[in-house]
Amino acid sequence: MNLILFYLAAAISLGSTIMAVTRYNPSHGLIYLIISLLASAIIFYLLGAPFAAVLEIVIYAGAIMVLFVFVIMMLNLGARGDETEHRWLNPAMWIGPSVLCVLLLGEVVYILLQTQQTLTGAAISPKAVGLELFGPYVLAVEISSMLLLAGLVGGYHLGRRFLVDARSGWVPDEADQ
Amino acid sequence: MMEAVVVPMEHGLLLAGFLFVIGLLGVMARRNVIFILMSLEIMLNACGLAFIVAGSAHGEADGQVMFMIILTIAAAEVVVGLGLVLQARRRFRTLDIDQASQLGG
Amino acid sequence: MGLTWVQLIWLVPLLPFLSFLTLFLTQGRLPRPLVGVLGAGSVGLAALVVGVIATEYLGAGNTAPVSVQMFQWMNVGGLNPSFGFIIDGLSITMLCVITGVGFLIHVYSTLFVLEEKDYSRFFTYMNLFVSAMIILVLADNLLLLYLGWEGVGVCSYLLIGYWYEDASNGRAARKAFIVTRIGDGFMALGMLLLFTHLGTLEISAVTTAAAATFQTGDTIPTIAALLLLGGACGKSAQLPLQTWLPDAMAGPTPVSALIHAATMVTAGVYLIARMHDLFLLAPVAQLAVAFVGLLTLLVAAGTALTQNDIKRILAYSTISQIGYMFLALGVGAWSAAIFHLMTHAFFKALLFLGAGYVVYSLHHEHDIRQMGGLARRLPIGFASFLIGSAALAALPMTSGFFSKDEILLAAYEHGEWGGLLWAGGALGAFLTALYSFRLVFIVFLGPTRTEPSAPAGWLMGGPLLVLCVLSLVGGFIDPPAALVLPASPPGHDAVMQWVTPAIPIVGVVLAWFLFSSRSFSFGDFATGPGGALRRFLYSHWAMDWLYDRTIVRPYYWLARINRSDAVDYVYAATAGITRVGSSALALTQSGQLRWYAGTMVGGLVIFVAILLGIL
Repeated sequence: MNLILFYLAAAISLGSTIMAVTRYNPSHGLIYLIISLLASAIIFYLLGAPFAAVLEIVIYAGAIMVLFVFVIMMLNLGARGDETEHRWLNPAMWIGPSVLCVLLLGEVVYILLQTQQTLTGAAISPKAVGLELFGPYVLAVEISSMLLLAGLVGGYHLGRRFLVDARSGWVPDEADQ
Repeated sequence: MMEAVVVPMEHGLLLAGFLFVIGLLGVMARRNVIFILMSLEIMLNACGLAFIVAGSAHGEADGQVMFMIILTIAAAEVVVGLGLVLQARRRFRTLDIDQASQLGG
Repeated sequence: MGLTWVQLIWLVPLLPFLSFLTLFLTQGRLPRPLVGVLGAGSVGLAALVVGVIATEYLGAGNTAPVSVQMFQWMNVGGLNPSFGFIIDGLSITMLCVITGVGFLIHVYSTLFVLEEKDYSRFFTYMNLFVSAMIILVLADNLLLLYLGWEGVGVCSYLLIGYWYEDASNGRAARKAFIVTRIGDGFMALGMLLLFTHLGTLEISAVTTAAAATFQTGDTIPTIAALLLLGGACGKSAQLPLQTWLPDAMAGPTPVSALIHAATMVTAGVYLIARMHDLFLLAPVAQLAVAFVGLLTLLVAAGTALTQNDIKRILAYSTISQIGYMFLALGVGAWSAAIFHLMTHAFFKALLFLGAGYVVYSLHHEHDIRQMGGLARRLPIGFASFLIGSAALAALPMTSGFFSKDEILLAAYEHGEWGGLLWAGGALGAFLTALYSFRLVFIVFLGPTRTEPSAPAGWLMGGPLLVLCVLSLVGGFIDPPAALVLPASPPGHDAVMQWVTPAIPIVGVVLAWFLFSSRSFSFGDFATGPGGALRRFLYSHWAMDWLYDRTIVRPYYWLARINRSDAVDYVYAATAGITRVGSSALALTQSGQLRWYAGTMVGGLVIFVAILLGIL
């Protein structure tokens, strides 16, 4: 039963990711991405990593994607944005990247099909993760906190209403948000 | 505590690989900077999946620890990236990544 | 044992060299008398030392050469020449000539160049020349000889171009240097060949090794000998490298006397005489020497007959007489060649200095067509020219008579070509008498065309008188070179012994009839009967024209078309390709984010493929 669930979630994840990448409207793409992340969360849970699954939903889909949504709403692209997107995304655009990605995929498949290892089937409790995190990986935790601080400060500065360009004297006018 | 599903490891890793490649495709093919950032998130998520699969294969918590760190990185990156997108929108009046080519030679 | 003075042989080249250094470093700041004393005195002192050494060496009855090593010059790749001097009969003969005649010429020139503003420069170069020439004749290995060889070449260039403000003098100096350089190139090749095959450049070692390694008539010694002959031709102004000597008369007269008559141009003769063992191993080369000498002496004698510049006549005469020396070397009359070298130094220096004496009194007028009737006004000049020309023409009992007749008789004794060589030499002797007495009769007899001023003082007259005596009695000196060189074949034929001296006398008589009559005039030179022949002979048998057309002009043309230097294109192409490549690669810096991402993925694909071994 869990096995079927695993493959189903995998399929959903793949499908919604493909949809996310190929949409014209960024909001639609975002919704598909959230679905993909939820499918990933299910896969995490099935693989015996409940803590990671919850984190995926709470932080990744719940905070990061929501941030995306807010920014897209702030940008206020609208129907004009959709037209622009149509212009930019012609089929000819997909050829080069597709070729490269197919080649890369081929190589990855080639490597992966050479190994034969199954999963242990043991679930790992959050307690074990916590012990691991504040045990051997405590330094990583500290650095991550500094990284978050940097992100915070950067985000604050970059998200301000406007920044005046001292050199060119550019001052935002009413058209700027 | 529930029992984890027993799947050949390469299936999990294959899934991660596929997701990664799809994200890569999105980065290379899309011109809208929002979609590029989204595709980057897809790639990061795929890496996290690969780590979780590896951690489950060994039965250790290290995979999940690594996943948490990746999550932290993704969060910080998105914050700064979207801030830049906002500023770029105000300057260039467009979300076209091809317009930001002033560092070319 | 007991040869203590011989050990001081290093003084001989050192004394003129020290004088050169002193004059060079003081650069004209010394007063003229002091310069003269230094310049001439150093050579005089060297001559004194040579005299002492010669007395000691020959007095002891030595025939073996004495070698005096100064220091190791270099030691590289198996070549380790030393600064070594060799004293034997041949080098002593040459030293006596160089220092003795050189001293007389230096004394003469203290008065001759007195009015020049660069008085000190003259003696600087002359002393350096004497020093280099002494090193040349004393050297015991070919590399040191080559050092002296090049040294005299440089000094010749510097002295020909002494009056450098006139561009034609500079051209003459360059011509001399370049033509002798071609000869020097041949000589260097010959030296390299000898070193490659025999492993040494020391002369005695070369001769013994050559005798041991090669058979008579082998290719290598023939080629080496021919190359050395090429070098000798360049320095001694023989065919085909003789075109520089007439133009070298642009220098002051003492320079012509010392360098281009008595010493430098005999360096080639000395070289062949010194390397006689090598030439004995290569009969073809030796025959080539004889024929080079024969042809040269005829060409030069023919040209001298038509010239009008007093110094140019003497220059062609020098070329012709050295041709006799080469002829002697070619037929195996080695000591006769050196004997003729010695007597030629005496009478040719006498003639040149005499010419200078005449020119000095006529305010540097060189054209004989403007001279005449100077016998009574310039008695010393007349005597010099009379005695000198007599010796030159080999009239009986003069020094030139003994040496030249020895050469001609030895030529007659040569196996295959004896008749031809003797006939050519005899014709040359006839022409020599003809043109030399033409000069004497035109300049000193007949009407006076230019009034001379007072004759020069004893500084010029004295050396002339000494040289007059030497030209007369020098034939009775037996040069010790005979001890070193193989014996000349003695002349047997009684008829020849009477015919040979008679030929110059015929020439003198003919010259008297043609040139000394009061009705002689210079008209109709270029036109008139035989004018084409006269013009051909005057132009040095068109050799200058030939060289100009075949060598000089093509070379200038090549230099002109290569003005932008084709080889530079290779280097410019390197820079150009780099630039093109750079701008091509700059295209990859598009500034497009997606392009960069694409190239990264492409690189990743290729890299992973290589790692997997697919690629």
